[in-house]
Amino acid sequence: MNVRVKRIFPAAVAMLVGLGSTTLTALAAGSSAPTAAPPGGVLEAIMFYAVAIATVVSALGVCVSRNVVRMAVWLFLTLGSVALLYFLLAASFLGAIQLIIYAGGTLILLVFGVMLTSKSPWVRWEAPKLEVLGAGVVCLALFVTLSLVLCRASWPGAEAALPGAPVADIGRRLLTAYVVPFEVAGVLLMIVMVGAAHLARQEK
Amino acid sequence: MTQISVPWHPKARQVGRSFLPKWLEVLLLKLMGPILICAVIVTCLFVWASNALFLWVQTGLMETANDAALTTYFSGPLTLAEIKTGMPGALAWLAFAIWPLQFPLFRDVISTTGVIIFFTIVPVFAIWWERKVAGRIQSRLGPMRVGKWHGWAQSPADGIKLILKEDLVPDDADRILFRVAPYFAIIPSAAAFLALPFGVTYVFRDLDVSLIFILALLGVEVVAVILGGWASNNKWSVYGGMREACQMISYEIPMGMALLVPVVCVGSLSLMDIGQAQSGGWFSWLAFSNPFAFLAFVSYFIASLASCKRAPFDLPEAESELVAGFLTEYSGFRWALFFFAEYAAMFVVAGVLVIMFLGGWNSPLPLSWGDWVISTIGDNWIAQGINGILFSGPLWFVTKATFFLFVQLWVRWTLPRVRIDQVLYACVQVLLPLTMVLLFGATLWVWASASDSGAWAAVNGVVNVILGLVGVMFVAGFVAIAAYGFYHRRRLVGNLVIDPLPGG
Repeated sequence: MNVRVKRIFPAAVAMLVGLGSTTLTALAAGSSAPTAAPPGGVLEAIMFYAVAIATVVSALGVCVSRNVVRMAVWLFLTLGSVALLYFLLAASFLGAIQLIIYAGGTLILLVFGVMLTSKSPWVRWEAPKLEVLGAGVVCLALFVTLSLVLCRASWPGAEAALPGAPVADIGRRLLTAYVVPFEVAGVLLMIVMVGAAHLARQEK
Repeated sequence: MTQISVPWHPKARQVGRSFLPKWLEVLLLKLMGPILICAVIVTCLFVWASNALFLWVQTGLMETANDAALTTYFSGPLTLAEIKTGMPGALAWLAFAIWPLQFPLFRDVISTTGVIIFFTIVPVFAIWWERKVAGRIQSRLGPMRVGKWHGWAQSPADGIKLILKEDLVPDDADRILFRVAPYFAIIPSAAAFLALPFGVTYVFRDLDVSLIFILALLGVEVVAVILGGWASNNKWSVYGGMREACQMISYEIPMGMALLVPVVCVGSLSLMDIGQAQSGGWFSWLAFSNPFAFLAFVSYFIASLASCKRAPFDLPEAESELVAGFLTEYSGFRWALFFFAEYAAMFVVAGVLVIMFLGGWNSPLPLSWGDWVISTIGDNWIAQGINGILFSGPLWFVTKATFFLFVQLWVRWTLPRVRIDQVLYACVQVLLPLTMVLLFGATLWVWASASDSGAWAAVNGVVNVILGLVGVMFVAGFVAIAAYGFYHRRRLVGNLVIDPLPGG
């Protein structure tokens, strides 16, 4: 088989499967719930579907591409489009935090790690066929479960109005009602940092 | 079989002749700069005028109490006839221009155009200015030829040159990532302008988390440098990318911590709220009302230099060590995109500094003077105009942000580049503990200010006066030195000012 076709083939299959299953899910959701015009109007619907397709395609790209840095770029696009989804939902705090923490921090660390660990910059990861099969089965099961849950659940909060000044509210709650989990998460990150510094020092 | 891309090479293909007549071509080339600038100014005026028109008609509709039109306005689009009833008779023919403005999408498109145009002007201006400042600091003139007056058309000319240059991609590069990387730089720095307020109403989207939003976008810009450096498959580029990653990750922390000080003082993450909280004159600016905020201002400025990869922290593209760092393999338009992103990010960073610490769009003059102006001249449009220019508005914001842009240029051509270990030492062992102490001190200061004791008010007032005087001294010193330099400019540059340039 032609090399180029060989390279494109898995990507095309994965995208077809992804798009097909997304359509099926949408159809299933449509059959159970009454179809109504989206509240934000046609433009918002167009934006939503564009961003959603970008999310799905770039997430597939993470799985399909062979080059580690390309995977990181696809992951970056995935996380960025999820942030865009948050902005579309008027959750600007969550969107900005998503950009800072995931798209900004995690991805940089990922690229950093890739560059430090790989001997050659063109490192390629070829997964064994058995692993691909196993991962596919697990993913399919997870996908079916999640779709079923999403379609069957009744969403009580969908009609509720947005609270005013959510950022101030989030901050107040983090420092009063949820101060213990907040601090515990901080301590956990601190331990991770100390551990990373320790590991980095040992190489000398 | 290699195609020769050098036009004067004997084997080069004949370049196709332009379809324009020769005189028109010459005229276009000579007038390219003025045409570009006029286009920019006209578009800015168009953006401003369309928004003003819409506001005027909206208030007109509210006041002239055309009930039928108002009901339509709140339920659906207005018709031309309804708009005409809300306008003075002589101007009714303008209704067709106002009709599309009632749709938010249309107004958004106009404002986005304005944002993009501003985003384009800033680097074009800043690059020319950087070369002039560099020239003056090094006792030479900088660009003097293109466009007659002080080489003002140097940047547009460079832009045209860069667009026409060949778009080279190295054979061993990762082609796709190499081509995509510049867009990762330019999109975030353009998007940061969407949340940056220039004045009370001069903002595209007044997010309640605009500070975090801008910080996030500035952080995303690093990805471009790493990708560009890695995809070039050149060791200098990879070194540049790695240095940028390491520098950016470490300097984001003191930068964020320093910005938390004003956030703690005002109690909001919205740049609009923080700017509004500092209205009333230079003594109510945060940097001058709180010693911790003043030190945070200095540490934020240092960290922002590092985050924009400006000298003395320009290690990612250290010319003397890494050829051009992550930019080594880039040429033509993609190279220009990286520079556009860098200069636009410099303006964004300076704008955030001005809003957070130096009053944003508020003028340094006390607000009571504005009332005095109105009471003296009378409440007419002249007084309103003077009031608008002197006491608030985007003019002050742009002036202050441009000043800090200038300070960034000035620092670049004054200080030598530091080594990478010194960069990290300055961050982890100096700036990080300092900003932590500042944040702690600022919380204590805010806590103490909340109590209503007279002694504390006295301390607060004394500190306010001292810091305000320090600020005035800095500005006065700058003005005095700049005036001295301007007065003696011939002595600094020598005969070059008078003599025709060699070969000229």
